[in-house]
Amino acid sequence: MRVKFILNGKDTIVETQSDRRVVDLLREDLGLTGVKECCGAGECGACTILVNGTSRLSCLMLAAQLEGMEVTTIEGVAPEGGFAIVQQTFIDHGAVQCGFCTPGMVLAVLDLLQRNPQPTSEEIRAGLSGNLCRCTGYQKIVEAVLAAAALLKGRRE
Amino acid sequence: MFQSSRPITSEPLVIGRSAPRVDALTKVTGEERYAADYYPENYLWAGVKRAAYPHARITGIDISQAQGMSGVVSVLTSQDVLGSNRLGIFEKDQPILADGIVRHYGEAVALVTAETKEVLEQALAAIVVEYEPLAAVFDPEEAQNKNSVILHPGRADGNTLLSGEISCGRGAAALADCAFSAEVSIELNWQDHAFLETEAGVAWLEEDGTIAMIVSTQTPFRDRLELAEALKIPPTKFRVMAPYLGGAFGGKDGITVQGFLALAALHSAGRPVKMWYSREERFLAGTKRHPAVMQYTLGCDREGVLQALDCSILLDTGAYSAMGGEVLALAMEHAGGSYCIPHTLIKGAVVYTNNPVASAFRGFGIPQAAAGIEQAVDELAKLAGFDPLQFRLKNAVRRGSVTPAGVLLTQTVGLEECLAKVGEHRLWRERQAWQNSAPPFKRRGVGLAACYHAVGFGPVIPDYANAKLELSPDGRIRVYGGVVDMGQGNAATYMQIVGHILFQGCDNMELVLPDTSRTLPSASSSASRTTFTYGNALTGAANILKERILARALLMFSFQLLEQLSVEDLILLPGRILHQPSGREVPLKMIAGFMDDSERTATYSYTCPVNKQVLPTGKNLRHHGYPHRVFSYGVQLVRLQVDTLTGEVEVCDLLNCIDAGCVLNPQVFEQQIQGGAAQGIGYALFEDFALKEGQIMTNDFSTYILPTAMDMPNMETVVVALAEDDGPYGMKGAGEISIDGVLPAIANGVADSSGTRITKGTLTGEKILLALRQAGKEAVR
Repeated sequence: MRVKFILNGKDTIVETQSDRRVVDLLREDLGLTGVKECCGAGECGACTILVNGTSRLSCLMLAAQLEGMEVTTIEGVAPEGGFAIVQQTFIDHGAVQCGFCTPGMVLAVLDLLQRNPQPTSEEIRAGLSGNLCRCTGYQKIVEAVLAAAALLKGRRE
Repeated sequence: MFQSSRPITSEPLVIGRSAPRVDALTKVTGEERYAADYYPENYLWAGVKRAAYPHARITGIDISQAQGMSGVVSVLTSQDVLGSNRLGIFEKDQPILADGIVRHYGEAVALVTAETKEVLEQALAAIVVEYEPLAAVFDPEEAQNKNSVILHPGRADGNTLLSGEISCGRGAAALADCAFSAEVSIELNWQDHAFLETEAGVAWLEEDGTIAMIVSTQTPFRDRLELAEALKIPPTKFRVMAPYLGGAFGGKDGITVQGFLALAALHSAGRPVKMWYSREERFLAGTKRHPAVMQYTLGCDREGVLQALDCSILLDTGAYSAMGGEVLALAMEHAGGSYCIPHTLIKGAVVYTNNPVASAFRGFGIPQAAAGIEQAVDELAKLAGFDPLQFRLKNAVRRGSVTPAGVLLTQTVGLEECLAKVGEHRLWRERQAWQNSAPPFKRRGVGLAACYHAVGFGPVIPDYANAKLELSPDGRIRVYGGVVDMGQGNAATYMQIVGHILFQGCDNMELVLPDTSRTLPSASSSASRTTFTYGNALTGAANILKERILARALLMFSFQLLEQLSVEDLILLPGRILHQPSGREVPLKMIAGFMDDSERTATYSYTCPVNKQVLPTGKNLRHHGYPHRVFSYGVQLVRLQVDTLTGEVEVCDLLNCIDAGCVLNPQVFEQQIQGGAAQGIGYALFEDFALKEGQIMTNDFSTYILPTAMDMPNMETVVVALAEDDGPYGMKGAGEISIDGVLPAIANGVADSSGTRITKGTLTGEKILLALRQAGKEAVR
């Protein structure tokens, strides 16, 4: 089938099977390998994308569900040669180790901060509990999100 | 969302200061390509048919239907493997594809390459394997019995892969003279590495017949040797490239998909092949942490001075040896903990069963050993009436001490300082008040563990590295990373070391990741030696390159200034060289232009010194790494609360006090300490691995539970930075010491909270609730 959607700000039309997993469509057909796959069962959050601004698991979505949607992957987050604030604080606060969870984690944070611009540590931990990380123990990720929230608050004021 | 521009990284890197990891820049944008992210043009998918029995004879494999399917390119069995078909490092006992017998559930039987994943699945399903099931053994104690079924007939010791004994002083007999003695029996569960990037890679044949692969591996150079023998292809006919790994922790130390990839590439009509395990396949086929059965009896005199230890450690290596012998040797070397105990008997064995294969996992046997000794120490301290921290301090090893395994500690020992710092910490000092203020239906406990961790490979296997560094023709410093970065940040630390010596920032440096065609053999990313050994080699290479750059610059300045100059007048600055007396500068690029290709590259070979002690005991363990020379030290403190309604444990605070020598990059150091602790919490409380007759019952993340952000406590790291002469800039390995003591610290905390010690398997809520119930301490609903 033909699926028409907006991908990282660009009108996109793909000819694909309606039941093709979105993670495969993005990685294999469109080359967006920043979208990671880790469990294929909706347990780990590595394949997180934003659909109309809300975090979704691309391993549990089928191509037909993208029709008319606005999709953001990690590749669409940063401007050319730059970083989103959250990406910058992830770097500065040492929230990245192996980095395989990082793209999904960053997108989950963007969604979280949109819903809750000033989260507490506990709210961050709860908000990111669907994204597994095996390297960091999460503490530096929480610190990075707190720092991003503070920076964003400063920018708005 | 608001955005920022990319950071300016021209600031020269300095040892001792946190520098953002260069790899973080590309990981956070999704640009970094892992092995799993390669989809070469015109590639085929490769996949494996796996055994449906834990132990069986293969009586027939019918591949005809699969072979005939449209879109299937090749179907291969052991018949297609031309070499020994045996993988392994110390014992080569594991087939790439089973030839005759399968010894564990999920063992690889046939290999398929196909146009699409869908066709691959159908073809794998269409392969018919006929089995004659064999009796199987799943219990390591039963596997040692004379009448047990034997997995590898022809071995001298039946199912025992390795056994040994370390005895010091009067051995176990000295227990009779002890005023107090405590006994504990501990059974530890398996643990899966659960790295997020499952085993993955791509391979292709190059024009000259070389099998090239990009693969998620900790050991690119050693992989070539393993593959060469198994496939009967010269090792130089393999090119192995290791990008950044999406986690490994020991689980990619050795061959995972490489054998399949090479075989598939040889039978793919010249097309590249790709393989990527599903999560279930990772559970099925990947190695695990060895489960352990341990008995400890520990004795002290009236003053609380440890006198005698009698202990045994039994490990289950599953169907194949992998690194079972080496894990056992390290567990035994550390079995008595970081204490002075004059009289010891340490027995150990690692045995084959029809369970999944166990091998290296962060800690490498020491988390098991620490779980034994540290629970015994707590029990003995309680029995003899001593404070657990003071008791440890009284018996702690110091530089010059001899360990319970007879090892003379010639290098830095920071255990006393670690214990003292924990003793002064508010989490310890205020523990009583904290415990007394437990909310309703909660019992609070505080637990401690002390541990140490050997750095490097031991006295027999050379712990070597060959660093390579280049001044590129355009004047940039190119750092060749000889050892894989599996996520721990060593690649960034390598840049930091070079930047420090050559006074350069990241903007004038670049990194080449491990590639057997470009970087030099420097052994595996493992054993807390990744920065320790390569860092030493890199320091040597950087000093050579610096000397060459300055010598050539000296000629240029001499020519310009028409006088005899001294190299002491020259200063290397970011991107240029300054002649200080005249204030003149020349860019590095110009110097590079005046150097021959052979001069622009510096290499330096380094092999770590070893412990030369000739021990009268445990002689057969020497070959497997005993004894070591350098050790890192650590004390872990946890404060936890147990829910008396559910039995659930919440770790509230975790303090890691670590002596891993001087710290090169505080941020990367803390990453290692926190990450290791998190895996230790998972090991202790969450990851309740379950097997049923060799079949894994917990093969996804809904049954094998990894800790989430909500399950992690506040973690604090305190550093004891004793300068270690053997390590570059006084450092010691920091990758493993933080996991070793977490399980016993938690177990001691649970015992402290409830008065009940749970000694079998993962400390799940169910077990704790049952223990509370039996002790009459469960809350009444």
